[in-house]
Amino acid sequence: MSMMKKLAFVLVTAIVVSLMYRPAKASLEIVITDGIDSARPIAVVPFRWLGDGPAPEGLTQVIAADLMRSGKFNPIPTNAMPQMPSSEEEIDYPSWASLGVEAVLVGTIEPYAVDRYTVAFQIIDVLRGQITSGSRVLRGGELVSSNDHILDARRSVINGDQFRQYAHRISDVFYETMTGDPGAFMTRIAYVTVNHNREKPYELVVADYDGYNEKVLLRSPEPLMSPSWSPDGNKLAYVSFENKRPEIFVQDIYTTRREKMTSFSGINSSPVWSPDGRTLAMVLSKDGNPELYTMDVASKQLNRVTRHHAIDTEPNWSPDGKSLVFTSERGGRPQLYSVNLDSGQVRRLTFEGEQNLGGTYTPDGQQVVMVNRTQGNYHIAKQDYPSGNLQILTQTSLDESPSLAPNGSMVIYSTTHNNQQVLALVSVDGRFKARLPAREGEVKSPSWSPYLR
Amino acid sequence: MNANQLLKSLLIAVPMLTLAACSSSQGADDAANQQTNQQQQDQQGSGVELDAAERAKTPEEIRAEQMETLRQENIVYFAFDDSRVSSEYGQMLSEHADFLVQNPNVTVTIEGHADERGTPEYNIALGERRAKAVAQYLQNLGVSSNQMETVSYGEEKPLVNASTQSAYAKNRRGVLVY
Repeated sequence: MSMMKKLAFVLVTAIVVSLMYRPAKASLEIVITDGIDSARPIAVVPFRWLGDGPAPEGLTQVIAADLMRSGKFNPIPTNAMPQMPSSEEEIDYPSWASLGVEAVLVGTIEPYAVDRYTVAFQIIDVLRGQITSGSRVLRGGELVSSNDHILDARRSVINGDQFRQYAHRISDVFYETMTGDPGAFMTRIAYVTVNHNREKPYELVVADYDGYNEKVLLRSPEPLMSPSWSPDGNKLAYVSFENKRPEIFVQDIYTTRREKMTSFSGINSSPVWSPDGRTLAMVLSKDGNPELYTMDVASKQLNRVTRHHAIDTEPNWSPDGKSLVFTSERGGRPQLYSVNLDSGQVRRLTFEGEQNLGGTYTPDGQQVVMVNRTQGNYHIAKQDYPSGNLQILTQTSLDESPSLAPNGSMVIYSTTHNNQQVLALVSVDGRFKARLPAREGEVKSPSWSPYLR
Repeated sequence: MNANQLLKSLLIAVPMLTLAACSSSQGADDAANQQTNQQQQDQQGSGVELDAAERAKTPEEIRAEQMETLRQENIVYFAFDDSRVSSEYGQMLSEHADFLVQNPNVTVTIEGHADERGTPEYNIALGERRAKAVAQYLQNLGVSSNQMETVSYGEEKPLVNASTQSAYAKNRRGVLVY
């Protein structure tokens, strides 16, 4: 076992254990199954408490867990840290550099008022700090200390109940500073749980992206399917069988207001919001067999998009809102196609594998993530454009319902583990893999929210 | 042939229903039974045989019994990614069709189901196709389309909750619900 592997193992164990000790808050845990070795080593030093009495807990644990779960960073465990600095001046650069640590996050927590705290943090580039820290440079005709190695430094006042949220905020800043891409730690997921030991077995649930702050939005004796977030993050569209048939509903997450959008004869399924939030794409079979439609949300006016005797289903919007990717059997087996909403022109996208289903565009529109069936196995895959190269991302069983983080870095999907449906994560480069096993019952149909700021 | 089989099933079903009805007031029945046994013994001695005539059933009773029988056999299983009704279900479906044709006021809901493989949204479409295949089969046997409704549950309501070939085979189904 290499040193980094040992560190990774200790930290994974620590995170799993720390999450397990909060059963009341989270019913999803995380088990990282692959990809720590290739992540960049960093250090999240526990922030120094400058008050009297016990320190507020958990801030840096949340940050470390976030950054590890991104698949891009490998935070070293606290017991492997050579020192516990709280600001740039205290850092002994050679000792961090010798561990291969690229960047160090340090900070302080200070009482501000009753149940209010000042949190300050700095992100330090270790290699740069080793070269320039303490050196003086000529700036505007004066010799000043060089601060190139301080990549970011911020200070905020927060309430006692905002530590978890502010931790995600710091993770976002760290992630963006180090990768150039925005972080997606202040996001949520919606999913459906099924537990036949409950009087109402089906629940529509939203939680923070890491499984905390779970909230049940709907309990039903009949199946629930296909939750989809509105782009403003305030509403979910979904399918409910509460009237013994599939119907599309839209529900406000913060009030309990809900509205039935469709109840046509036959299938009413796969509602997905357009990027501007004005239109829902959906599948209706009222005219004989499943076809794609778009509905103007305000007027409920329908527009039929496809006309084919084969199954057309699972629409998802292109980032520019001008076309839909969808699954169709028109070529004999289910494959992905795109349809231009202005011209109605249909183009086949996938050719590799026995079936390709459930396509969704990455935010840059350069890739499509999907469910690929090859030799009877269903895995999450990614196809690049314009090259057309297909890459299988997962090795889990019966993978379905892929949903992308708003920054396009990670896919959450549903899979079967030990004969039970659970959620899992895979990075879009396929290197990082993790499982989110539920304590009881099944979890499925995950949908990642847009940015919630 | 069909009517014959139906009659045979009824011959089994009717006494069972009668038995079920008896068990409700046990105390009184026991006394009555003892009395009957006593009488039978007495009469056996005198060489007579006692029998009862069957009361004619009301049309409602007959229909309820037929429906009960049809409910026992109401599932059509399908091959993977397939929605063709196999010929082995011809007998069963024609019994359902006969009943529906004779009782034009009765309606049936045909549920379509899929196994868990493939995406839930695609499986909803597959389930609908199976439900419609069963409805079409019944329509070809003379059942009015007004008597039938179809609903697809896709992979959401498996009969057997397991990821095995035999579970999948049980879950790919069309169910006639009265």
